[in-house]
Amino acid sequence: MNAMLEKVKPRTNEARYGAIRIDDVVKIYDPEGAAVMAVDHCTLDIKAGEICMIVGPSGCGKTSLLNAIAGFHDITSGSIHMDGEMLCGPGKPKAEPGADRIVVFQNGALFPWKTNLENVAFGPMMAGKLSKKEIHEKARAMMADAGLSGTEHNYPGEVSSGLRRRVEIVRALMNDPKVLLFDEPYRALDSLTRSVMHESLLEIYYKNKVTIFFITHDLEEAIFLGHKLVIMTSRPCRPKKILEVDIPHPRDYSVLTSPRFRELLEETSEVVHEEARKSFAAGEKEG
Amino acid sequence: MAMNRITKIKRSIFSRSSLRAIIAIIVFLVLWECGSRSKEWLGHSLPWIGLVPPPSAVVLVWMDLLGDSGYWESWYLSTMRVMSGFVAAMIIGIPLGLMMAVSRTFNSITFPTFEILRPIPPLAWVPVAIIFWPTEELSIAFVTFLGAFFTVVINVLGGAKAIDMRFYQSAQAMGSSQWDIFRRVVLPATIPSIVVGSSVGMGITWNVVVAAEMISGGGGGTSGTGGGLGFFIWNSYVGGSYEQIVVGMISIGIAGYASSELLRGIGGFFTPWLKTR
Repeated sequence: MNAMLEKVKPRTNEARYGAIRIDDVVKIYDPEGAAVMAVDHCTLDIKAGEICMIVGPSGCGKTSLLNAIAGFHDITSGSIHMDGEMLCGPGKPKAEPGADRIVVFQNGALFPWKTNLENVAFGPMMAGKLSKKEIHEKARAMMADAGLSGTEHNYPGEVSSGLRRRVEIVRALMNDPKVLLFDEPYRALDSLTRSVMHESLLEIYYKNKVTIFFITHDLEEAIFLGHKLVIMTSRPCRPKKILEVDIPHPRDYSVLTSPRFRELLEETSEVVHEEARKSFAAGEKEG
Repeated sequence: MAMNRITKIKRSIFSRSSLRAIIAIIVFLVLWECGSRSKEWLGHSLPWIGLVPPPSAVVLVWMDLLGDSGYWESWYLSTMRVMSGFVAAMIIGIPLGLMMAVSRTFNSITFPTFEILRPIPPLAWVPVAIIFWPTEELSIAFVTFLGAFFTVVINVLGGAKAIDMRFYQSAQAMGSSQWDIFRRVVLPATIPSIVVGSSVGMGITWNVVVAAEMISGGGGGTSGTGGGLGFFIWNSYVGGSYEQIVVGMISIGIAGYASSELLRGIGGFFTPWLKTR
C-alpha cells in the first residue's frame, strides 16, 4: 500500500476549482413556529482541492450546511460562494442542485434497480454529452481504477457495503464534480471496513482533484483524511476550532500510529468531547 | 448439462420440502376420506365432515367432468373474466396511483373520492353493475375489475410515496429532468409495490368473480356445467351434486394458485435486483 501510494503524486495543489466560501450562514428551521436554529453565523473558507473535515456531535446541524451547499435546502441568511460565484445568498436562499456538487449519502443512494455500471453511468447519461458506448467505456475504466472490475453487472444489493460506497464515489466522480460532499458515508461500516475505505478514498482522491467536504463525528477519521479540521459546536452549529492537519499527503494507515497524529488527537478530543457532552445533555436527536 | 438439469429436477421433486408437502396432502385426503365415510364405518356420521363427499367420489365425478365441454367452458369464462377485470385494473390503476403520488393537486382532487369508494365491497356493486352495463358479461368483468383496482392503486400510491428522498436528490444533482426522475427513479422504485399490489389484487379478483357469477346467474352459461366456475358450484348445489361442488372449489383453488405463480414469475422478471436478496 505504502509503495503504491508513493507512486501517485498528490495532485491536490493542481485543483483549480471547487473553492467554497461559507459566509455568515444562518439556518433556522420553521421560522414561523418554534424556530430551531441549526446553523449559527457560520463562516468557513475551503480551498480548491482541499479535504475539509467537519466534526461535530450527532445532530448539531452539520448536515444542514451540507444540504445548503448541495442545494437541497435553503438558508435563512448569509451566503455560500463557489469559485467566486454565489450558490445561495441574499435574494436566492436555495442553491440549484448540480453535477458540480455531488453528495455521497450516509446510507448510500445507489439506485438498487440499476446495475453498478448503470449507476456509475447515470450522471453522464443524464448530461447527454457522450454516447452510451463512450460513457460505458469511461465508467468501466473508472471502476477498474477503483478496484471494482468484475462487479459491473452486479446490482448494488449483491456486493458488500464497502464496495457499494466505492461504487457511489465513482458514480459521483463520473460527473466531474468540483466538490464531493460526504455525509458520514462510513458511519454504518465496521471499523475494519472503514479503515480500508479511508485508504481507498484517499487513493481515489489522489487521482482526481476535487474539493472534499466531509461530515463525520469520528475524530480519528477526520484527522486521518483531512487537510483541514473544523470542529463544530453542538446545535446550533458554528466552527469552534479550525486547524490545519500538518501531516503530509499522501497518507496511509501508518499515520494512525504516528506521534503527530496522537498529538493532534489529544489536542482536539477534549474540544469534541465537550461539545458531545453538551449535545447529549440537550438530548439532541441522532441524524 | 441435460443430465444436470434432470438431476436438479429430480432433486427438487424428491427434496425434503416437497416430500413433506406430498405427505401432508395424502394425510389430509385420508382423514377426509375417513371422515366422509364415518357413517359406513362407525355407524353414525361425524358432524360437518360426515356430510362432505369423500375424495374418492369427488375424483370419480371429476374424471367424468374432464370430458364435459361445459366444465371447461366454466374454466374459460371465469379465467377470461378475471383476466379482463385484472388487466383493466392494472392499466387504469397503475397510472392513477402514480399520478396521485406525483401530483399533489391531482391527489387532493381524487384521493377523497377514492377513499370513499374504496371500502365499498366489490359485491355491493353487483346490482349497480347489472343496471349500468348492457351485458351480464360486462357487469361481472366490472365487479372483478373493482376487486383488483383499489388494491392496485393503494399499493402503487404507497410504494411511490415511500421512495427515499436521497434517490430524488442524487438524481436531481446528476442533472435529471422531472421526466427523467419519473422514468428512472419513481417508476422502477415503484415496481416492487406494483408486483405486490397485483398479486393481492389477483387473489381478490378470484374471490369476486366466483361470487359475482353466483349472484348474476353465470352470464352466458349454456349448459348446467357452463357459465363460470362460481356458477358451476352454485348450479351443482341447486342440482344436489355435492361432489361437483367440491370439484368446483378445488378448480378455483388450482386456478388461483396458478395465477399467483404466473404473477410471481412476471414480477420476478421485472425486479431482477430483488432476486439475490
